[in-house]
Formats: sequence, C-alpha cells, structure tokens
Amino acid sequence: MDYLLEALHVTKLFGALKANDDVTLRVKPGEIHAFLGENGAGKSTLVKMIYGALQPSAGEFRWMGRRVAIPSPAAARKLGIGMVFQHFSLFEALTVAENIALAMPGPFDMKALSARIASVSREYGLPLEPSAVVADLSVGERQRIEIVRCLLQEPRLLIMDEPTAVLTPQEADQLFVTLTRLAGEGCAVIYISHRLEEVKRLCHNATILRHGKVVANVDPAEETAASLARLMVGGDIHVVRAVAPDAGGAVRLALSGLELEADGPFAVALKDISLEVRAGEVVAVAGVAGNGQAEFFDAVSGERRLADDAMIALDGRPVGRSGVNARRKAGAAFVPEERLGHGAVPGFTLSQNVVLTRHACDPQLARGGFVNREAATGIAARVSKAFDVRKAKPDPEARSLSGGNLQKFVVGRELDRRPGVLVVNQPTWGVDAGASATIRQAIVDLARQGSAVLVISQDLDEIFEIADRIAVISRGQLSDAYPAASLSAERIGLLMAGAHERRESAHAARA
Amino acid sequence: MRLVLEKRAEHSAKMALLSPIIALALTVVVGGVIFALRGLDPVEALYVYFIEPLTQDWARQQLIVKAAPLVLIGAGLAVAYSANVWNIGAEGQFILGALLAGMVPVYFTSWQTPDAMVAMILLGVIGGMAWAMAPAVLKTRFGANDILSSLMLVYVAQFLFDWLVRGPWRDPQGFNFPKTVNFDGWQLLPRWGDIHLGALFALIAALALFLMMTRMLKGFELKVLGAAPRAGRFAGFSGARAVIFCFLLSGGLAGLAGASDVMGLSGQLQTPYSPGYGFVAIIVAFLGRLNPVGVIIAGLLLALSFIGGENVQVALGISDKIAKVFQGILLFFLLACDTMILYRIRLETSRQAAARAGG
Repeated sequence: MDYLLEALHVTKLFGALKANDDVTLRVKPGEIHAFLGENGAGKSTLVKMIYGALQPSAGEFRWMGRRVAIPSPAAARKLGIGMVFQHFSLFEALTVAENIALAMPGPFDMKALSARIASVSREYGLPLEPSAVVADLSVGERQRIEIVRCLLQEPRLLIMDEPTAVLTPQEADQLFVTLTRLAGEGCAVIYISHRLEEVKRLCHNATILRHGKVVANVDPAEETAASLARLMVGGDIHVVRAVAPDAGGAVRLALSGLELEADGPFAVALKDISLEVRAGEVVAVAGVAGNGQAEFFDAVSGERRLADDAMIALDGRPVGRSGVNARRKAGAAFVPEERLGHGAVPGFTLSQNVVLTRHACDPQLARGGFVNREAATGIAARVSKAFDVRKAKPDPEARSLSGGNLQKFVVGRELDRRPGVLVVNQPTWGVDAGASATIRQAIVDLARQGSAVLVISQDLDEIFEIADRIAVISRGQLSDAYPAASLSAERIGLLMAGAHERRESAHAARA
Repeated sequence: MRLVLEKRAEHSAKMALLSPIIALALTVVVGGVIFALRGLDPVEALYVYFIEPLTQDWARQQLIVKAAPLVLIGAGLAVAYSANVWNIGAEGQFILGALLAGMVPVYFTSWQTPDAMVAMILLGVIGGMAWAMAPAVLKTRFGANDILSSLMLVYVAQFLFDWLVRGPWRDPQGFNFPKTVNFDGWQLLPRWGDIHLGALFALIAALALFLMMTRMLKGFELKVLGAAPRAGRFAGFSGARAVIFCFLLSGGLAGLAGASDVMGLSGQLQTPYSPGYGFVAIIVAFLGRLNPVGVIIAGLLLALSFIGGENVQVALGISDKIAKVFQGILLFFLLACDTMILYRIRLETSRQAAARAGG
C-alpha cells in the first residue's frame, strides 16, 4: 500500500537543541496514527513541520510518494492537510458560518456556505447550528467548528492536537465516532494525545517520541496502557535516593476537598483535592502540562481565593479564603512557574523585586507606607550571594539576568525568609544544570530543616531526585501521594494518563 | 514590499528622555513650515510664538496661570497611566469640578466667609471624583473599556455645563448672557498679580505624587500593576482597587483644577468654557514621561503653546487655533519617537514575509 505522508530523517534544530532528531515515520491513507510522548518530546514540533508552520533543518517530507516542501500552512492546506489546534482561533462575536467563511478561500456566499456546513456537520455527526454566535457555544461545540472548517476543505490528512484535553467524556466519545468515520473514508488522522486508553481504543498505529527521537512504532491495540507508558517515559528513570525522613513530622500544609471552578474555556477545574505535607518532607505533584497545575498553584498560593476557609490549612490554621499576603504572613512562600511577569517584574531591579513578594511579611521593608530601599537592596545582595546569582551590576533589572540566575534569585528570595511551607511550580524549568542542582539542593535542605515543601513539576527526573512522596495531577484531579521509592516509571505514566480519575459513572454511583 | 515594525531587543533609557526633546524640535520645524506656507517668515513667526511671550512679565504670569491646571491634571494622569489605567476623560472631570464649585455662588451668593472658599474647593474635588468614578466602576464591575467610557462622559459633562449655565444657573441680572453670577469675596482664590492659589496646588500635587511614585509602597503597587498585572496579583495587589484609586486621584485633581480655574481666573461660569485643559493634560503627562516632576516642565511648555497661539493671533493675524495644531503635532511626534524606541522600521519583501510566516 502506498503511503500518504512520509517523513524521512527529519531533524529540527532550535539553536543547539534538537527538538526532532532523525525522525522517520509513515502515515497510510485511512489510518489514525497517534503521536505519543511526554512534554518536550517533540510532537508539536513535528506536526508544525507537517503543517508548514516550521521548516525542517534536515530531512524531507514525501506526500503520496512525491518529495514536497511545505513552506507555509497555506501550502499544507493546498496539499490537503488540515489541522485542528488545541487552542481555537475563533471570533466570539461572529456566528459559526461567519467564522468558517473567514477561513475559506474565494468570495463569501453565506447561504451556500451555511447549507454546506449543515450538510457536513450532519454527515459526520458534528451537530452545529451555522447561525449560532460562537460566544454562546461550549468548548466542544467550538472544537466542532474547527473540525468542520477543516472538513469543508476536504482534507486527506487531518492533524488533531490533543483534541480531548478540553472535552467532556461524552464529547470525546462523539469525536471518536467522527474520526473513525473519516478514517473509513480514507482520510488519514494524526492524533496527538497523552491519554493512552484513548489511543488504544481509537488508533491503528502509534509513533512514540522521546527527547525528539522516535523510540518505537507500535500497534496500540496490541500494547497495554502500561507498556505504552513505559515506552513514553523511558525505562531510564533512576530511582536514586530513598532517604525517608521521619514520617512523624507535623502536618504543615493541609489541603482538604479543595475545589476550584475553571475560569475560562481552556482552564481546568480542580476537583476534590486532598493532600497533606508534613514538616521535613518534599512532596511532588507530577503530571502532564495543562492538567490543572497552574490552577492548583493559584489556589494554594491564594492568588485565587477559595470558597471555603477549611480547604487549605497552614500549620493548622485555615486560610482558604485569605489572599496571598495573609498566607505569606502565616509562614508560607510561593515560587510561580513564570519567572518574568509573574514571579518578578521584568523591568524592575532585583531589590524592587524583593519588595514585590515581601512587602507584607517583612515589616522593615515597608514602614508607614514608605519603601525602605536600603533594606531591599540589602536583602537582594544577601540572596544574590547565598545563591550565587551572577549579574553585571549590583542591582540590575530582572530581565537582564539569564533564566538560571533569575530563577536562583526568585527561589532564593523566598528561601531567605525561611518559610515554614514552600510551594514551587516548575522549580527548574528552562534552567541550566548548574543552577538546577543549586535550586534542588536548597529545596531539599529547607525541608530537612523542618519546613514542608510542595513541588509541582513535569520533570520526572527532578521529581525522583528530590521528592519523598509523589502525587499525580490529571484533569484537575490529584491522585494519592505515594512514597517515591514505591513508584515505578510505568505506574507514574499510568497515573499521568488518568488511571486514578474517577469516572463519571463512579460519581453517579456515589450520588 | 511592505513596512514592518520590529521589536527592539534593547530599549535605550537615554532615548526615552531625549524623545520629548526630539519631538519638540520636529514640532518647531514643522511649525516653521506651516508658517512659511501661510506666507510668513518662519523664523519671525516662531520667535513670536515661542520666545516673545517669555520676554514680557504679564505673559510670564499667564504662563503660570495656564500651566497650573495642566500640571494638576497631568500629574494625576501620569500616575494613572503608569498603572495602565486610561483616564481620557479629565476634561469632563475638570468641568464637573468647576460646576460643583460654582454651586456655592449660584445658590448661596451671600455665603462670604473663608469656609465658603474651602467648601468650593472640596466640592470641586468631589465633582471630579464622582465623574471619574463612573468609568472606574464600569471597568471594575463590568469590564467596560475605560478609555471609551471616560472619554464619552466628557461630552455629557459639556452638555450638562451648557444646560445649567444657559438655563437654571443663568445670572438673572446678566442681560441674558450665558453665564452665572460673578463670584465674590471669599468665593474667589487669593491672587498675586494674575497668579492665583491654583499654582501652589499644582506644585504641591506634583511634588507629593512624585514622592508617592518614587518612595512609597502605593506608588510601587501602581507601577507593578502597570508593568506586570500578573506579578501584581502575586504581590497581593488588587487591580480593581488600583483602577478605582487612579480614577479617584486623577479625577479629583482634575476637579480641583476646574474649581481653582473658575475661582482664580474667570470668577464665574460662562459658556463656552474650557480651553481643553483636560485633553492637553494628556499630552503633558506623556511629554513629562509620566513623571510628576517632568509634568511640571511639560505643563509650562504646553501653557506656552496656548499663549504663543494668542500672541501670533495678535501680532501676525492668524487664528489662535494654531495652538491646537502645534499641540497635535507635538503629541504625534512624541508618540512616533516613543514608538521608535520600542521598535525599528524595516522594509520587508514578500519573500521575507513568507519565510517569516513559515519560520
């Protein structure tokens, strides 16, 4: 059988980083082909090249056996490649038909277009009302617009980037019917997902990427979710240390039944999260990006207040309805994922950024409404010295520091307070090895001195290096926390794929 | 082939300070061209416009009188704009300040004790704050765009003023002129020559706000929220509270400017009234680099543009609307210069455009 799309020895370099390394894969017509891999494995880079949004540094693509260059998304569409992105590009104030008309070549003929939309959506089981205004539609319905938009151009290859991440289980089932039907008509589908059960159910073929390389090409029906997870995560995760701290430390951070509603179409709602972090231990929250980590951090830090005071307790004191500064005064410290623009103001100096998070809990920094610049400069210098923050000037702007140095500063600024509870989101994201080691060591040291540390991370190597216990977050639900030594890579992979999620039916049964 | 604005990696701090001077120089050059097109000797006309007023004592006093409201309003706007709060409606808040201050002479003509003056000043501040509160609440409660709502309320204020002064508040002994009774005695601000107490208010306000923005936690909070709202939330600062604070502050100062202007200068409400201080103060805020002390210098400069306009009308017989032209050109060049600090212009061929879209 002839191949529809072949990628031969495709390599993509971003500077020195190999996002894709000698990738070769083949997609047949009518095949639903899964791309599996962790964050940063190179799935998105690969599909962006197929869709013409990026150009390969080396290697080639063949389309129906013929060598092609795909210089732009327009060229990809011309070949018959359509893509449904994870984040939609729709105008909320316009109707379904108007949104689709904007993407279609040629003159507008709303009447004919509406009729075609109606017929395509009926044919493929994608119910859509052409005259509905997008603002009134659910996320699932919006996704249907994007799919119909692609289908109207009669694609031969449809790329779906994590389509079920934003869907309810019912909507996802509906989508699978549509995709199966499309495949039956000979349209190939490239399907990116982290959800292994889905892939097993739906896909005919799966290419697994790790660190930019193809590590396996398998028939998912013949694999178990566990074996897929092992391939994705790799067997090379070293479970190094097992220095279990005293289990008897007092509970310093307690989350009980924490709930938070999603505040936007792409946000994740947090459901019934319970977790205790004791003095002396590091607990890690693992998970694939976009499963509620950002919302979880906002809820724990108090940037978003919770409905019930009892949902969070710091050293036994309920603080669910308190804001971030009240929680800081209660002894907690927070380091967000984004260094620039969240953890620090890019255009402010380091000493001003000290004032940013410590003005409320450090009485010497702000007295009588005035900022004490000397005190701030002193703290900035102390932090810089303790954490070896390399800088060109004594008090430079935050944005002039390299990522690693700024991260050391942002973490050091909080550790300098000797907080009783530390919550860190992605402590070493995009940070060089030297700075990572410094930061991880400091985090573990803090815990060993009697603080409770909660680390949210997507980096399994990091988690196994520093965590005593590990919980996994998936679609806003948190698994139990297991001792790190008892967890295999396979088990973590399964938890990331949602093995602990309570099914809707289970909910119904309880209610 | 097309022009592309490309973000610069480095922003020069020196150019940020030089930008108003370059803009001013360009304005003078273009102004000279405009005078030349009208058949005037550009050097002489520019001298009459910009230099001659500074050589005469009465004009120097007028400069301070006109700069006072510009600085009062501009300093408040500078603070608001630093916090990314866009109060474009200072003109309306200025008018409301004048109106509420004018209420005392209109309804209590015989109230002639020092507390009348204090009451009028306070009423002016309250009027400006109340008018500014509307866009602040619309923004914080309903997410309405503050630029649009504050701007549109200017027109409401203008019609309200016009209706009151032509209608219920008209001076019965005023020979049907659209004006109120003359303010008298303690209803007026103390004066030294032409200069009235409003100049002192302006100076104090600018210096106090400078202190707030550079030394105080409140100023720090506003600057954080303006530069990085997410970081502001992380610091525990409330964006909504800052919006309300900035509107109340800038609106209150605009109201104070309106009250001082009627109490120190015209001594009555008459229509048509404002020379557009509320809008010109926007230029003042930007020209002063959103720094309350810079606003003092910028305010004097823009006051000169008003007086220069009157001067060329008298000396050379061209309309004093030329002042508006100069103010507009100055703002245009200032924004252009500021844009060039952040971006560079590049010519891009269609091939490059395709490459960029692809890569």
